[in-house]
Amino acid sequence: MTTILQGRAHVYGRAHINTDEIIPARYLNVHAEADLARHAMEDLDGAFVSKVQAGDFLFGGEDFGCGSSREHAVWALRGAGVKAVIAPSFARIFFRNAINNGFLALECAEATILAEPGDAVELDLAAGRLRNLTRNREAAFVPLTDFARDLLAAGGLLPYIQAKAPTVRTAAQAGA
Amino acid sequence: MGMTLTEKLLAAHCGRDSVRPGEIVNAALDLVICHEVTTPPAVEMLEKLGITKVWDPSKILVTPDHFVPAKDLRSAELASALRAWREAQGITRYYEVGNHGICHALAPEQGHVLPGQTIVCGDSHTTTMGALGTFATGIGSTDLAAALATGELWFKVPETLRIDLAGRLPFGVYSKDLILALIARIGVDGARYMAMEYGGPGLAGLSMEARFTLTNMAIEAGGKNGIMPADAVARAYVEERTDAPYTVFEADEDAAYAGRHALDLAALEPMVALPSLPSNGRFIGEVPPERMDQVYIGSCTNGRLEDLRIAASILKGNKVAPGTRAIVVPATTAVWKQALREGLLEIFTDAGCVVSTPTCGACLGGHMGVLGPGERCLSTTNRNFVGRMGSTKSLVYLASPATAAATAIAGVIADPRDYLAKPDLLDAGTDLVAAGADDCLWGV
Repeated sequence: MTTILQGRAHVYGRAHINTDEIIPARYLNVHAEADLARHAMEDLDGAFVSKVQAGDFLFGGEDFGCGSSREHAVWALRGAGVKAVIAPSFARIFFRNAINNGFLALECAEATILAEPGDAVELDLAAGRLRNLTRNREAAFVPLTDFARDLLAAGGLLPYIQAKAPTVRTAAQAGA
Repeated sequence: MGMTLTEKLLAAHCGRDSVRPGEIVNAALDLVICHEVTTPPAVEMLEKLGITKVWDPSKILVTPDHFVPAKDLRSAELASALRAWREAQGITRYYEVGNHGICHALAPEQGHVLPGQTIVCGDSHTTTMGALGTFATGIGSTDLAAALATGELWFKVPETLRIDLAGRLPFGVYSKDLILALIARIGVDGARYMAMEYGGPGLAGLSMEARFTLTNMAIEAGGKNGIMPADAVARAYVEERTDAPYTVFEADEDAAYAGRHALDLAALEPMVALPSLPSNGRFIGEVPPERMDQVYIGSCTNGRLEDLRIAASILKGNKVAPGTRAIVVPATTAVWKQALREGLLEIFTDAGCVVSTPTCGACLGGHMGVLGPGERCLSTTNRNFVGRMGSTKSLVYLASPATAAATAIAGVIADPRDYLAKPDLLDAGTDLVAAGADDCLWGV
């Protein structure tokens, strides 16, 4: 995985942005990423999909992605082009769904103040830094755990499990 | 140092003597529950990887529940995909439309949930089943694919937040009021990433159905799971339904908790969570009597028999207010049938309510009561986020079935204590209402 990424910022600093806002349940009758992408963030900002470009970053407030377990939320954002979501904290299932998909969800205490909408931002994964190139600001994000890093490197949970398949099967049988 | 109930369960399922919060473990799964929204994507993922067989069809339970009977063409396609998959896999624990139910209510009701199990489902309200002393948590579709293929899943062992309950619920106050009060206190992320473990002497006085409401809404405080020990009430509930063997786990006396909250049930009053967060709970006396366009009684939170009995005891002989619609959605087919036998459905329809087949329905803005712009709904469901039940310009208020029934009659948010019969006047058909209120103090 490339360790330095650049994109523009989209900022939704409110706490508790929930999965109903990220992808409303009325669109849960489909799950193709391209279909979901057309409705990403629709109930929070109907113009989001017309503004977002491939490689952009979404900055959110605390407890980002709370609510439902729908992985459709991650798919909708990724399908819309979002490369990473950065927030002070994430709801558990959203975070889990993100890293299971090899999608970046990064915890950064300054997520809501680092960037204004449209700012150019650089994400340095190896250094654990976010740089606002427009305003010359910088912030650290919480380093990913080794396990999350392994999942991201593998491209998500399923490829990770496939690579480890023999041991995984044995463990399941032993524990059952 | 000892372990919490969740730590004990996870340790036992990964073949370890002990686990500590923060560790990543692979735990064996005892039950995987599948519905039509999150399962078809998981099945597609497995097909792409060439994995054609689930690890153990006997440990999987399938029911369509979100948009049933199919609300539109695409929902029909999802349900067909679920059906075809379960048939190909030879999964026998299947509940077809007509025998279906909201999975979190159906699985325990039909005796599939046993104390000591680990359970996952691609749905956040899976936490419900922790009321039987199980580790039950919601997951996404990728996790579900992994669970179906391997029978195990990675978990970060959560810290545990302990909730100590004391006293008995007063007249007109229910476990929904309790959980809304708790979430108002700790916030929608007050238990983020944590296990919410209920205990204390107040638990014994709560029926099994009341307890499911508590664990159901653990996710509304950000919890990974809600859990409580399988005491005599839980074991009796299970043994009425199955003779399958099970193991009861208990938290150690010296377990380490990340935090503790004590709640005196006797001090509670009916609660209403104002739009648009479940943590906006207020005692009903502080809530203005807003007009409601709709009242919704149902969901995995409050669509069980006891909920319908309480609502019916209030609606009996009354009419839904002009200008208000009331929708009753039993959580499962068995609840629906029993409500029919007890005459509850007739009470509802005589009062002017719509009675729907079991479905997640309008709780998540799916169908059967979606809200239009500007509309207000008082609902017994679990989330009142912006747009949750339909239009982003609609408003949702959360409350107990009793408060919902009282509100349906009044047309404005109403205190159920003004509508409930006093315990000594209750007829035999509403014993359960009295059971929660027999020692309340009148006039206080």
